[in-house]
Amino acid sequence: MSLQLDEKGKLRHFLSIDGLSRELLIDILDTAESFATVPEQSVKKVPLLRGKTIVNLFFEASTRTRTTFELAAKRLSADVLNINIGASSTVKGETLLDTLRNLQAMHADMFVVRHQESGSAHFIARHVKPYVSIINAGDGRHAHPTQAMLDMFTIRRHKKEFGKLCVAIIGDILHSRVARSQINALNMLGTGEVRVITPKTLLPNGHHSLGVQVHHDLKTGLKGTDVIIMLRLQNERMSGAMLPSEAEYFRLYGLTEEKLCGAKSDAIVMHPGPINRGVEMDSQVADGPRSVILQQVSHGIAIRMAVMSMAMHQGTGEAKDWGGGPLSRGKRGSEA
Amino acid sequence: MSTNEVDQLVNIMAKNLSALIDNKKISNPLMIGIHTGGVWLAEQLHKKLELKDALGTLDISFYRDDFTRIGMNPQVKPSKLPHNVDDRDIILVDDVLYTGRTIRAALNEIFDYGRPAKVILAVLLDRGCRELPMTANIVGKQLSLKTTEQVKLSGPDPLNYEIQNISP
Repeated sequence: MSLQLDEKGKLRHFLSIDGLSRELLIDILDTAESFATVPEQSVKKVPLLRGKTIVNLFFEASTRTRTTFELAAKRLSADVLNINIGASSTVKGETLLDTLRNLQAMHADMFVVRHQESGSAHFIARHVKPYVSIINAGDGRHAHPTQAMLDMFTIRRHKKEFGKLCVAIIGDILHSRVARSQINALNMLGTGEVRVITPKTLLPNGHHSLGVQVHHDLKTGLKGTDVIIMLRLQNERMSGAMLPSEAEYFRLYGLTEEKLCGAKSDAIVMHPGPINRGVEMDSQVADGPRSVILQQVSHGIAIRMAVMSMAMHQGTGEAKDWGGGPLSRGKRGSEA
Repeated sequence: MSTNEVDQLVNIMAKNLSALIDNKKISNPLMIGIHTGGVWLAEQLHKKLELKDALGTLDISFYRDDFTRIGMNPQVKPSKLPHNVDDRDIILVDDVLYTGRTIRAALNEIFDYGRPAKVILAVLLDRGCRELPMTANIVGKQLSLKTTEQVKLSGPDPLNYEIQNISP
């Protein structure tokens, strides 16, 4: 049985796109579509996760992802705790599992985890109590599934059918968990053609198994594309000389209005943020009419609301001691 | 149940609603249907009453009181309220009134959009067995069903219903 799904095939944890069916991905997109109208309410929240506690457990810096997860949880009426690990117990020598056990003892229902090590979200999911759900907010070079889903949501809103689309992902594929998750999601949703455009030094070894067309030249790679996804150049993950210089990278792989001419006239430009202006793309493109970068941010809230509400553990109605002491969880599941 | 009967019920509902609107001196009501059956019914009533403002729709999935037991409804649809509900006279429409929990959820959702002046409830069928203190202003037909029976609505055109037995 997959770690991410329960015995009925419903979402239990959200760790990677890998292992999820096309139907489930579409379910997530459809549910997010309903949450997208919540900001139109004068009370911008729904009572769905009232009484639940969600902990944002970030071992790695993040602004956009953490704040949109926080906002999503608050719009679902959950209580949110943000834990900045850099300033907390791991510094004092506490292990990851000890930190986790302590937070569980505080009756958290869900952890949103970002960690610099690949596989850490899976590791945590394997060790938490059965009533705790884990959402992966990015683990090392492995996966960033909510980012991929918000990108799919953005693409679907602009382009409808995935089957006829040509999508190009440009930049640092080697270090990018975003690219890996995007490629999985695009292929699972039946995208017509998925291309990556990247320097040879930033292409992972196993790229043949990714299910993508590889291009090294931006101009030919952009020809006929409907969707252009730029990746951030991840300076913090690079060791050694993989690129001559940022200026050289921009000359070859930076997106400008001129290079954009090769794409379809109605092509959209995406970027997971934060943008290095003048490195991955020109400001003219980032702020131009084809850019949907800020829509991606708004869609991120709807997608995270969908994933959190779908993965939240449901009480079974039977009184159970889940290890937090005799008084802790006795009435859980009977509150409806 | 013949289609004719539902058509007749909808006609009677439209007539009674119209009289109620006059009686309450409501000038421009805003109609809101609850997904899915309530929207089907509301579409017909909206047309018959020739209401000016577009029909609103509500999916109360995010406001259900049994979320912690059964989880997310897999076919949740977006709620669309094309007009501000503040100070409006609202006609809330649903297919079947049963426990009253759906109406409780719908009212909560409407109040998250604003503060309406009035809410009138219109339902095609009232099958009894209320668990909350809710009453409809306009009822197409009163039924008294056992808890082992359920009403199954089909639509949108023609709108029809049948009563099914469910295992207890």
